[in-house]
Amino acid sequence: MNKIIDIKEIISKESNINLNFYENDKYLGILVKNKNDLFSIIKFLRDSEKLLFNQLIDITAIDYPSRELRFDIVYLLLSLTLNQRILIKTSINEIDNLESITSIHKSSNWYERECYDLFGINFINHPDLRRIMTDYNFEGHPLRKDFPLTGHNEVRYDNSEKKVIYEKVKLSQEYRNFDYSSPWEGLENQLIGDEKAKKEN
Amino acid sequence: MKEIEINSTTLNFGPQHPAAHGVLRLVVELDGEVVERAEPHIGLLHRGTEKLIEYKTYLQAVPYFDRLDYVSPMCQEHAFALATEKLLNIEVPLRAQYIRVIFAEITRILNHLLNIPAYAADIGAVTPFLWCFEEREKLLEFHEGVSGARFHAAYFRPGGVHQDMPKGMEEKLYKHFDSLPKFFDDLEELLTNNRILRQRSVDIGVLTKQEAIDWGCTGPILRSAGVAWDLRRSQPYDVYNKVDFEVPVGKKGDCFDRYLIRIEEMRQSIEIIKQCLNQIRPGEIAIDDNKITPPKRNDMKKSMEALIHHFKLFTEGYRVPEGETYFAVEAPKGEFGVFLVSDGSSKPYRCKIRAPGFAHLQTLDHLSKGHMMADIAAILGSLDIVFGEVDR
Repeated sequence: MNKIIDIKEIISKESNINLNFYENDKYLGILVKNKNDLFSIIKFLRDSEKLLFNQLIDITAIDYPSRELRFDIVYLLLSLTLNQRILIKTSINEIDNLESITSIHKSSNWYERECYDLFGINFINHPDLRRIMTDYNFEGHPLRKDFPLTGHNEVRYDNSEKKVIYEKVKLSQEYRNFDYSSPWEGLENQLIGDEKAKKEN
Repeated sequence: MKEIEINSTTLNFGPQHPAAHGVLRLVVELDGEVVERAEPHIGLLHRGTEKLIEYKTYLQAVPYFDRLDYVSPMCQEHAFALATEKLLNIEVPLRAQYIRVIFAEITRILNHLLNIPAYAADIGAVTPFLWCFEEREKLLEFHEGVSGARFHAAYFRPGGVHQDMPKGMEEKLYKHFDSLPKFFDDLEELLTNNRILRQRSVDIGVLTKQEAIDWGCTGPILRSAGVAWDLRRSQPYDVYNKVDFEVPVGKKGDCFDRYLIRIEEMRQSIEIIKQCLNQIRPGEIAIDDNKITPPKRNDMKKSMEALIHHFKLFTEGYRVPEGETYFAVEAPKGEFGVFLVSDGSSKPYRCKIRAPGFAHLQTLDHLSKGHMMADIAAILGSLDIVFGEVDR
């Protein structure tokens, strides 16, 4: 794993893109500030003969609904020659488009479709951007944090109509999400009025 | 009037078809009997595992991993356990690491013992199915002995394993794996030189080195294309760096190579298991921290603190420090990875599951182009697709 520093140097020297690095003992993390640089950095990592990050392992996203740039999109690359992984991360907001990397990595086709399906992230220049995981005619993007765990529609076989029908979800009991967090550990044990005492100090 | 001749036929293959290995809908465009395009429609088994995990504690998330690729359950728990341990920054005791490696390898044999006969059945041989299922049953007894469940074991947990192997299990394992290679010899006699198997699989679905890398293939499929890449070797986890084994590599990258590699991998797995059984010593099977692993039953009867720990552990769970990690293991089908993001609470903020089958199924269109319709069944079988993990 001592190679991480060398990789960092090569990337920052040879690609003319403004990047931030962070380290994790499993991989090298790269934060890309400008989403338009993503395409060129992934292409550079694949083509650079010293690096050869030629296998795209996965593309995924993380939803932070409270942030202005709502989604973190994550690309995982692997170099079989260097035995190193790189994770590229960038933040985009809900209406942003991303450049598809299908022309660099063929395998990104389904990964991008999955991101589109589950998060609603749009990829431009994608050859076939359709839903992949969810049902035909599905609405909404399930992995967004504001999508309810129970979903919106349920399916059942209707014996009188002799076909499968869609209905709004009926719950006999609300979904219960208990807060188990312990008051004596982890949380700051603050009683009402304590903040005044701190101020006076 | 101009006459237009349309030659191509569009055919629906699945979602209910014995050779589809589950619920795969394949829209195939045919010119006569030659495949022009094969487009998989997946997601018929989508259960929203990743979404569900976001609403469960880390411990409650473990059983979901059994249900992804349901023929190799323990390897997937392994990835999740290791990722969680990485975030918690703990290292599990040596005995637990050995037990994990032993059972991960048993799972690998189990997986290949299902894939090989299923593949053989797809192209016409029925007997191997009966033979292999008998052997699988014997191996599943070990699963049952150690965890109480044959398939959905929930045995590898963050912090160690659920319980120690029962007394006498080590000798039983050793005896069993001493005699198992004989079975592989018999199986090979039935299949490897079989004329029908060779005719149906040699030069079918050829994947070159570069294509395999481009399409994100991992595991036996990448190795069959001639890339010597095995995460157990290149990025060892647990005690894989303490055992000696060989990584079989193919030459051509066709269906037959993939079959041969799986056979050889099973033999290597036996070697790994035997070495582990020689090296394993008595000791703890989970880390000694009651904030992460439950206290012993005995302590709970006497100690108030142990009782509180038990209660808190199974209601709130443990908090995982803020951070992110990606941990990949060499599952029987390829690189199975877990990308885990924690926000410091007791539930994962995001848990992305990287399933090898998802990438492999994507290559189907490329692999089957120009082949006969009947070869699609052979290619599908050799890719080792299980829909539990593809659809998640």
